[in-house]
Amino acid sequence: MKVTLKIWRQKNSNDKGQFVKYAVDDVDGEMSILECLDVLNESLILRGEVPVAFEHDCREGICGSCGFVINGVAHGPERATTACQLTMRHFKDGDEITLEPWRAKAFPLVKDLVVNRRALDHIIEAGGYISVGTGQAPEANGLPIGKEVADQSMDAAACIGCGACVAACPNAAAALFTGAKITHLGVLPQGETEKDRRALAMVAQMNAEGFGNCTNIGECTGACPKEIPLDVIAKMNRDYLCGSFQRRDDLPTPITPVVEGA
Amino acid sequence: MGNTGVIPHHPHPVSFWQSSNGKKVVMAVTGAIMFCFIVGHMIGNLQMFLPPEHINAYGHFLHHDITEELWIIRGILLLALALHVTATVQLALRSQAARPIGYSRKEAINSSYASRTMYWSGPIVLAFLIFHLLQFTAGYIHPQAQFVAGDVYGNVASGFRVWWVSAWYIFALCLLGLHLSHGLWSAFQSIGCAHPRLTRCLKISAQAIAVLIVLGYISIPISVLLGVIK
Ligand code: SF4
Ligand code: FES
Repeated sequence: MKVTLKIWRQKNSNDKGQFVKYAVDDVDGEMSILECLDVLNESLILRGEVPVAFEHDCREGICGSCGFVINGVAHGPERATTACQLTMRHFKDGDEITLEPWRAKAFPLVKDLVVNRRALDHIIEAGGYISVGTGQAPEANGLPIGKEVADQSMDAAACIGCGACVAACPNAAAALFTGAKITHLGVLPQGETEKDRRALAMVAQMNAEGFGNCTNIGECTGACPKEIPLDVIAKMNRDYLCGSFQRRDDLPTPITPVVEGA
Repeated sequence: MGNTGVIPHHPHPVSFWQSSNGKKVVMAVTGAIMFCFIVGHMIGNLQMFLPPEHINAYGHFLHHDITEELWIIRGILLLALALHVTATVQLALRSQAARPIGYSRKEAINSSYASRTMYWSGPIVLAFLIFHLLQFTAGYIHPQAQFVAGDVYGNVASGFRVWWVSAWYIFALCLLGLHLSHGLWSAFQSIGCAHPRLTRCLKISAQAIAVLIVLGYISIPISVLLGVIK
């Protein structure tokens, strides 16, 4: 099948950038959209043009490297699917497919479809450590955790940090990501000790990075390849609220955000 | 910037009010206060379906018997409104700044119409509120009829007999319903009250309550226009 890819091309953060259309012939339905870009890039290299830059690593939906907005939807039209898992059979012969990078102030554009997502790393970093006993591995049944709690934590921990939630949010908020990170430790006894401080610090970092505010719309969870539920946002708000009331120390200060440090 | 370098900390923390999460909590609480008023006001209004003495006596009670308490309530409502609007404006500006370059194409795949139009429904309802206070509380604007202080029943009936007053009222109340259908649920989310079982029930109740409130309010202008209330 044949498709036309309308791709955002931008040399670097200072360049203005524009859409360029490329016709790609002999596309196989079993190809992922990243493989379709590989095919395009090979032909671009042969023609002596600069290939399209995009991020990828595992190509099986677990690393969170890939991602761009495909026809107006982050990671494309299939639910619970990363761009690398999105096969071309979901498109029709002759389709024009628009590829755009994540658009957010907190994600400065690096090149073409690649954006700098370090702001998300900063949020994780702000979360800090959890207190665990070192030494011998503890007896596995020494700390019983209910299945429901383990599931809740595991569901939140499935977040791969791709940034699609930010990209899909009309406010460019990182609430789903931050909520997932706060929840996956916050519901477990291991994360209990630093719960308040962690919520305060991660929320402070999220705000400092210049993400928008959450209006509880739900576009994020629709775009999330791991289907992280909106409940994690409520959990973040709950921990933040409790932490704000209970704290006795000074508020944690955020590290220099990406938008200022660049 | 290297990957391994230690990134310096900001000198200032992010306070509760500075964080978007804190502002949303304020919006939830102030929204709840205004919601209480909306319910109370509706119940008061429904006395229009009783003989005129009832609502006139109720108006007299509010304005003359509990004057001081009424001003306290008005003060709280005004403060709630001011905080709600301030937080909204600040958050809207923040969100706008968070995406300086928009998408050429963006599809909504998982959000309700009400949730996406909060920034429209809110300001229009606010504009309506000002008009409404000028018409029925202060009596400054009362087209095509004489505002009679103390005659609540007569003022409402003569006010709503003007078709565009009723139309504007019904339109604004429908928007208020839209605002509430998202806001009532969203408030719980903002203060961190969510549970897979609870969420479903909250969303449905928010919509049901919004519909009841809209029906309760617009039943009055409709009855006036139909001649049920004279
Ligand atoms: S919450 Fe979902 S969309 Fe957001 S970063 Fe994690 S996996 Fe990606
Ligand atoms: S390349 Fe790893 S998730 Fe897509």
